[in-house]
Amino acid sequence: MIKQHYQSIVIQTVCSLLIPFIQLFALYVIIHGHYGPGGGFQGGVLLAVSIILQRLYLGSKISYRKFSPKMALAFGAIGMLIFGFAGVVPLAFGGAFLDYENLPIFWVHGAELRALGILIVEIGIGLAVFGTLVLIFDSLVGERW
Amino acid sequence: MRWVNAFIILLFVALMLYATVGLPDHADPQAPANVHVSPTYIEDSVADTHTPNIVTAVLADYRGYDTLGETVVIFTAGLACILILMKRKANDKATLSKHRHSDRM
Repeated sequence: MIKQHYQSIVIQTVCSLLIPFIQLFALYVIIHGHYGPGGGFQGGVLLAVSIILQRLYLGSKISYRKFSPKMALAFGAIGMLIFGFAGVVPLAFGGAFLDYENLPIFWVHGAELRALGILIVEIGIGLAVFGTLVLIFDSLVGERW
Repeated sequence: MRWVNAFIILLFVALMLYATVGLPDHADPQAPANVHVSPTYIEDSVADTHTPNIVTAVLADYRGYDTLGETVVIFTAGLACILILMKRKANDKATLSKHRHSDRM
């Protein structure tokens, strides 16, 4: 068994059981933004909370090996890129900026394509918020990485 | 000085209260905010975007440009956090090693 930050079986068990469910709920919140309360911002915050909980109970050394702050930076940047490309790509296919109806997904049309574009943008927002919040937490904690 | 400040604040509160008289009533259907674009969103958003949640349709589609700006702001705030806090840490390390060096002298 790996050495952990808190030598308490209760904290270890509860946190390791809770984290997958938090992540699952975060994905649900992002995907379900079309039909109910939720969306990229809220789901991204939930994803970040799951990683921060892992940081708290494992300690930074092991937690950085599982999910390094550089990876959080990469996730944030990838999220921003997804949003940016969802804006720029329609320009190349004869639409306006952020005009999802002209995304090059040719087997979906019209309003369906708009719904798909909203989903793509929400995933981008979720990744960007997730990476940013984990980064802010890591830079406040102040361990070397 | 304190009384002057209090007087200025009271004047400001009076100005704000006076300005609220000109606002439309709460939930007034004829208010300018409710007759311009809101009816279009409510009537057309499902047909336009196949998204039953009007909030999501407005946030990500009709006002997508605004949301792009918001996300850029959040990401930039994260980058600024790293830049400022990491620099402080490097400075701490530099002063620490300098102290250690002077101790050895």
